[in-house]
Amino acid sequence: MLHFELVTPERLVRSEDVYMVTVPGSEGDFAVLEGHGPLMSTIRDGEVLVQKSANTAPEAIAIRGGFAEVNAKGLTVLAEHAG
Amino acid sequence: MASLKALKVRINSVKSTQKITKAMKMVAAAKLRRAQEAAVQGRPYAERLEAVMASLASKVSVSESSPKLLAGTGKDQVHLLVVATSERGLAGAFNTNIVRAARKKAEELERQGKTVRFYLAGKKGRVLRRFYPNGIAADHELGQHKVLGFDQAREVADDLIRRFEAGEFDVAHLFFAKFQSALVQEPVGIQIIPVAVPQGVETANDGGAAVTYEPDEESILADLLPRNVAIQLFRAFLENGASEQGSRMNAMDNATRNAGDMINRLSIQYNRTRQAAITTELVEIISGAEAL
Repeated sequence: MLHFELVTPERLVRSEDVYMVTVPGSEGDFAVLEGHGPLMSTIRDGEVLVQKSANTAPEAIAIRGGFAEVNAKGLTVLAEHAG
Repeated sequence: MASLKALKVRINSVKSTQKITKAMKMVAAAKLRRAQEAAVQGRPYAERLEAVMASLASKVSVSESSPKLLAGTGKDQVHLLVVATSERGLAGAFNTNIVRAARKKAEELERQGKTVRFYLAGKKGRVLRRFYPNGIAADHELGQHKVLGFDQAREVADDLIRRFEAGEFDVAHLFFAKFQSALVQEPVGIQIIPVAVPQGVETANDGGAAVTYEPDEESILADLLPRNVAIQLFRAFLENGASEQGSRMNAMDNATRNAGDMINRLSIQYNRTRQAAITTELVEIISGAEAL
């Protein structure tokens, strides 16, 4: 499972293990699964799609301004606004 | 000696003051809890941002072409002091301490021949107008917001960056009260522009694996720098929020206790006066009866 965190300056919005997350990167959307290589990207305003397991419908969370980081611990999305 | 009636009026007036200070203390205590929670919840974001900034800054070298927010304007002449205070008074020495810290820094800078300007965020910083009638660059109105959120911090940050890019100042310092406990709030001043990049922070990178940057390191850094200014301001607002309530809670606690002491003193005086009047009356009656 991929550890996914969504953080805004005001609070920690999400911190959970999920199957896949699709992030609206500034140079195109990208999806992150478990074991993704380290990556850092700015994001454009849009929606992150969170898929809890392989065959559930993704949940969309609107985000604005920020960036995403993938490291060995998982995916962290830092956004100015979420939800 | 004050008359019985005057004393009674006095006691009642102090009692109603005590009721108000007691209520204010309790409100401040409740708000303090909320403000502290907000400060704790804001921590993960700031920590992540700091770690990322540190790892990026170690990869990008500062040069002429670096963003001005990182490299500075190349001068060190005009200093802007951003003074974050509260909107309301009756919070003990809270605002006074912040303003005093800012003035101390201003005097120090002026001795070095620098130009000092003030940027006020919060109504209670306006006392600075008295000392520096021509040194106020801006007075940012925040009174309409009940709780200062990230949007307000962003607003102030954008305004600051606009002024910086227009060349209005070279260095910006931010003054606020750091929350240590409900009893102790320490006024501090930090430099926010140019951005001081945190050094030596443990980065969470996997040993040696190359990180992919989208777009590239410098663009990400350029995108993060203004964000960092906003987050510094937001942190200051959060700290200030907690400090203000802590300070007010203390001040009101002291006021309540003082009012209690005063009521005791006045009650004793009231009772003595009353007793004296009764004794005098008795003496009059007895001596009148004896004379018959």
